Amino acid sequence: MSLLRVKDLSLSIGPTPILDRVSLEAGRGEILGIVGESGSGKSLTALSILNLLPRHSRLSGSVIFDDIKLTRLSDRALNDVRGDDIGMIFQEPMTALNPVKTIGAQVAETVLVHGKAGRGEAMAIARQTLDRVGLGAEEFPLSRYPHELSGGQRQRVGIAMAIALRPRLLIADEPTTALDVTNQAQVLDLLKDLVREDGMGLILITHDLAVVAEMADTVAVLKAGRVVESGPVRDVFRQMRDPYTRKLFSASAHVPARKAQQSARTLLEVEGLVRTYPKPKPAPWAPRAFKVALDGVSLSVAQGESVGLVGESGSGKSTLARAVLGLETAQAGEIAINGAPVRGPGDTAFATRRAMQMVFQDPYGSFNPRHTVERLVAEPLHLLGTEAPSGAERRRRIDTVLTQVGLLPADANKFIHEFSGGQRQRIAIARALIVEPSLIVLDEAVSALDVSIRAQILDLLAAISERIGVAYLFISHDLHVVRAVTDRVYVLKDGKVVESGATSEVFERPRHDYTRALIAAAPRLDAALKTRFGE
Amino acid sequence: MRSVGLNLVIGAGITAFFVVLATVSMVWTPYDITVLSVADRLQPPSGAHWLGTDHFGRDIVSMLMVGAQTSIAVALIAVGVGVLVGVPLGLFAAATHGSLLDEIVMRGNDVVFAFPALVIAILITAIFGPGAVNAIIAIGIFNIPVFARIARGSALPVWTREFIMAARLSGKGAAHISLEHVLPNIANTLIVQATIQFSLGILAEAGLAYVGLGAQPPIPSWGRMLAEAQTMIALAPHVAIVPGLTIVLMVLGLNLFGDGLRDLLDPRLRERSR
Repeated sequence: MSLLRVKDLSLSIGPTPILDRVSLEAGRGEILGIVGESGSGKSLTALSILNLLPRHSRLSGSVIFDDIKLTRLSDRALNDVRGDDIGMIFQEPMTALNPVKTIGAQVAETVLVHGKAGRGEAMAIARQTLDRVGLGAEEFPLSRYPHELSGGQRQRVGIAMAIALRPRLLIADEPTTALDVTNQAQVLDLLKDLVREDGMGLILITHDLAVVAEMADTVAVLKAGRVVESGPVRDVFRQMRDPYTRKLFSASAHVPARKAQQSARTLLEVEGLVRTYPKPKPAPWAPRAFKVALDGVSLSVAQGESVGLVGESGSGKSTLARAVLGLETAQAGEIAINGAPVRGPGDTAFATRRAMQMVFQDPYGSFNPRHTVERLVAEPLHLLGTEAPSGAERRRRIDTVLTQVGLLPADANKFIHEFSGGQRQRIAIARALIVEPSLIVLDEAVSALDVSIRAQILDLLAAISERIGVAYLFISHDLHVVRAVTDRVYVLKDGKVVESGATSEVFERPRHDYTRALIAAAPRLDAALKTRFGE
Repeated sequence: MRSVGLNLVIGAGITAFFVVLATVSMVWTPYDITVLSVADRLQPPSGAHWLGTDHFGRDIVSMLMVGAQTSIAVALIAVGVGVLVGVPLGLFAAATHGSLLDEIVMRGNDVVFAFPALVIAILITAIFGPGAVNAIIAIGIFNIPVFARIARGSALPVWTREFIMAARLSGKGAAHISLEHVLPNIANTLIVQATIQFSLGILAEAGLAYVGLGAQPPIPSWGRMLAEAQTMIALAPHVAIVPGLTIVLMVLGLNLFGDGLRDLLDPRLRERSR
């Protein structure tokens, strides 16, 4: 008999319908994966179970947890269920913890709130639970504060808070999306162990099919508030009866058709780059300590080539990108594009800057919301100085780049909020293209996009590169994407290049331990299905 | 949705009412306020004088109308001084964040902040003589650090946004970016603060006039009307109550207006309505 039965759950917030007769079932000791793209209603499904909904929400249908009808309970009665019987883990480990309370106090709080134990006993439970999630007493005493921990460690504290009372059901909403691959693998293993050892039920909400394939027993595919397909993972993923499941599947394994670029002419040359940042002094008289972000990095990009740069957060990827683009001054080393030196801000010629542009990660944050698309796209034309086109010629160039990225010239008059995330990323590419650069730096440019949109953008990038021969420096933590779209790859760790070479070579025969660990930690859809279900 | 709230409607209504009164008073008032009529002095409200007359027999409605000119003009120009000097300083500090220049600007602000505003205003008018212009300068100086801080504080998070990086990639300098990208994105906050500073300016002008350091006779001023009525409060309470309530109403109106604007312009609320 199942632990949680959700039947015909419908939700609307204000006039907007969100969920449409969602039915789910989760059993003891089982993992239910809920997958879907953004806006499909996966997070609100989870929040509906505990009725943690925004105001003006209307909920209908039933949620039965262990024979209790949660949809009937008052808010006060639900408070006893929340945290005690059903725990929840959130996506963002940075904001889910209170920065001014110790990790011990935060884990103990769940216990205290439910009146399950006195303060001393609660602290003892907190200790046990933190041990359980792999934060041992020696390195992680209860008196530690969240800012002293890494993202993965914080997420473990979040898990400890959720499981301190040994709930019978745990809801994890994108628990690893904000984490690096190696941390993600560890957190997923931990969740799997908890389910096995405690017989706890787990609802794992994710956009990543590979994670579901690795973890879940049953899966529900959500689209626009409806469950389009559900059942055991093996059946759903093998048969894929619904066209939407098929589409998700092919999009997440998508490899854009592209020809490897072979060019002898070097475009970008980086030699022995060093960048350090002063750390804050613990006391005014203490000697100044430095954090080394880049430690003698050398790399090169040939004309029209697509080069990947992978590494975990803090490895120096973004610092390198900023230095290459002349937005940051390096302490030592040389950068040259087309033979012209790139120095810091204000010290790099406009003609040099014109050769390179950038596409950012966040399709929402990288545009001034108050400008029209025309003005946004035309911004880099500033680099042409007095030669900048005006009037009809300016308009023609804007139309050209918008058409190149698959938008309409008429879109130029709209504001950015009228566009979806994928369209915004197209506009970002158009902005980069308008000065006809030879190099575009893509900093996690597809990480924030849904799989189907991501596939489209990767296709677009491949097509543009083929048509105009622009080179890409593709920075990403997503190994799958890097593998699909780059010719060569550099692996960065702690500010040093630990391995580089042809992409296929590095991925198939990694030489460095770190590269091996990265590749092993990245969940892969086909490999996961093969290991778990044979064939 | 709380977009256009009741606060905004009431606040804007009261503010508009006083602005209209002040404007009308430039061309017409019920009675001439320069004509003294001792025979009519301290009359209670009546059909002829809606709010009665003061100790010189002048019509209080007419006095309030002309006084509104002084209050609004002083407060408006003082806010203008604060915005025109303070906002560029704040933007400059944000653009050079962490540098020595940023420190100098902000510590300079702290110095101005550290003085009690009214005491310095009294000092300035005591040195340069009382009058509307010196009142403006005194109130204006204290608006500068307010706007500098608000501008810097709201500009700093804007500087970390990716579209600023895109602008830097386009070769744009700090001043250019501040004007083109930062200012429009902090304008809402500045507008709301301006309404609040405006109401504080009205209060400050009334305060200075009350102690005799604001606009000088024969220019009427709400603060001085209050001061002059003080000795006659037992004889004719309306002479003190009416200007007092007027000041309260105007300040209340502006505060409601500021609150309503904040709700209307709050990007988070707007985000939701999108």
